[in-house]
Amino acid sequence: MNDKVIIQDVTLRDGMHAIGHQYTVDQMVSIARALDAAKVDLIEVSHGDGLNGNSFNYGFSRHTEAEYLEAVSDVLEHAGLAALLLPGIGTIEDMRAAKDLGVTTIRIATHCTEADISAQHVAAAREMDLDVACFLMMAHQIPTAQLVEQAQKMESYGAHCVYVTDSAGALLMDETRERITAFRETLGCQVGFHNHNNLGLGVANTVIAIEAGAHRVDGSLAGMGAGAGNCALEVLIAVLERMDVDTGVELYPLLDAADQLVRPLQSRPVQTDGNALMMGYAGVYSSFLLHTERAASRFGVDPRDILVELGRRRMVGGQEDMIVDVALDLAEGRVTTDTDA
Amino acid sequence: MTTKVAIIGSGNIGSDLMLKIQRYSSELEVGMLVGIDPDSDGLARARALGVPTTHAGIDGLVQSDGFDDIAVFFDATSAKAHARHDAVARETGRPIVDLTPAALGPGVVPVANLDAHLDAPNVNMVTCGGQATIPIVWAVAQVAPVRYGEIIASISSRSAGPGTRANIDEFTVTTANGIEAIGGAAKGKAIIILNPAEPPLIMRDTVHAFFEGDDTEAVEASIRSTVEAVQAYVPGYRMVQRPVFEACFGDAAIRQPDGTVWQGTRVSVFLEVEGNGDYLPPYAGNLDIMTAAALRVGERIAAARGDA
Repeated sequence: MNDKVIIQDVTLRDGMHAIGHQYTVDQMVSIARALDAAKVDLIEVSHGDGLNGNSFNYGFSRHTEAEYLEAVSDVLEHAGLAALLLPGIGTIEDMRAAKDLGVTTIRIATHCTEADISAQHVAAAREMDLDVACFLMMAHQIPTAQLVEQAQKMESYGAHCVYVTDSAGALLMDETRERITAFRETLGCQVGFHNHNNLGLGVANTVIAIEAGAHRVDGSLAGMGAGAGNCALEVLIAVLERMDVDTGVELYPLLDAADQLVRPLQSRPVQTDGNALMMGYAGVYSSFLLHTERAASRFGVDPRDILVELGRRRMVGGQEDMIVDVALDLAEGRVTTDTDA
Repeated sequence: MTTKVAIIGSGNIGSDLMLKIQRYSSELEVGMLVGIDPDSDGLARARALGVPTTHAGIDGLVQSDGFDDIAVFFDATSAKAHARHDAVARETGRPIVDLTPAALGPGVVPVANLDAHLDAPNVNMVTCGGQATIPIVWAVAQVAPVRYGEIIASISSRSAGPGTRANIDEFTVTTANGIEAIGGAAKGKAIIILNPAEPPLIMRDTVHAFFEGDDTEAVEASIRSTVEAVQAYVPGYRMVQRPVFEACFGDAAIRQPDGTVWQGTRVSVFLEVEGNGDYLPPYAGNLDIMTAAALRVGERIAAARGDA
């Protein structure tokens, strides 16, 4: 275990998924202020799908990225400002604009087998003198040895930290420990962990990651994030305090922020309910949840059938367009489901 | 009489284009396949087919005995190498069809704007995602003003070569520009996803276009006839779902992050591009549509020059 674990909040980025990217600037600012006062190390602000994610495919946010970043940057006194970028969606130009608005940490995310599409962006980020953390998303889909090879590529491009990113909330506890341990044994850079609570293991797996030596971990207030949400930050900090792990983050202000600022915004409860659980169970990218529920009601099909079929087709993060495709196939009888059989 | 062409680049794209020309074109003939590695599989295939080859690059082509008969160049190398090939093409008076992302010449999508650029010294094939999706944006723009065109191209990881992987931004930027300049959308956006599933998934493309008004019948008819027109040069190109329309008026209007409100109709088109399996496997529809479209462009340029 490391002396100091870096705590990164994703309420204002992953949490965007839970409300269709509709935070007001005021909501973001008050949540950011509370996180900053509680001494969280890093606060991520972006469209849920990263910089330049505004689209029909992922949803249009309420305000522009520049408005959000500028407003949050203005109020941070302790925490660093981070942003997410997915090569193929956002570009180096978007990253440059984010840096000009105060971002100091960029997180560059690829599917777990596609590390090499991040080389261009990592190099550019390093030239801009940004702190660079790379994500290997859907990390449950490939064996640990293969994941390590991909992580080594990201380290070779210049990443300061490489994350095991459990986008589907599908990693079991031993699988988490194995991946983080292998990263620690093979990488010279820092190791991070980001996950979702789809199998109810959000906090538990994050604690395991810390025990196995993760340098950075992600959480969000009241779990505000895609699918069943992320590792709930206030719960994680409480558990770590009980374990005598000092993070420097203050618990009570986090509890207040989670209960008073964030939970009231969760118009669709962020919890491990049936549909969210199915994502972890079927290994589906967590941000598909709201899009799937919308398509299910629009085309009159069972959302669970959509999720299972998406898992069967091995769809990866970003392929939200395939949700309507699958829903139409189900509605028009071109695929059969377990419930038909 | 056929027009002789030179293909510069003996990798996957160049080799597939060679096979397509030899198998399907009654108007073109490969006068030379130009490589830099004598042991490359592409050059070996060419020799087996009786196609003249050189492994001395473009200099080998220009110095070859048969060069006078070569009327058109295709460049299937890289954006970096293209600058030199373009210069040689201009010096020697040959039009060049550029399959690299260099984009020195105007972008062409055969069904949309080829007629306007038949006499250009250099035409660029945009991107694979652009060849698959710009026709749909263009089809909508023929019958209604398109405020915004967005495309999502999903390709199998195996069909994305090192060039694509090292330059993902070039794909998104070049395709978005093409959606505007060629497709006719006021604003364009492009997203690319690599999917590693095994067996590899066939290329999928989704187009979301937002148009003014609500004439869904005219839009659907234009889309369907355009899909047929693309099928004439890319046989594996097809719509896998009916076009899906969504009326966005009043409360359902689309609110943009900058506060503007869009009233109109959104259409979503779901496409699949299955390759012909010439040199590349059928899942690599993204590469196939580039070579199939380039073949069509080369034929039309040759015909316009009166070489054929």
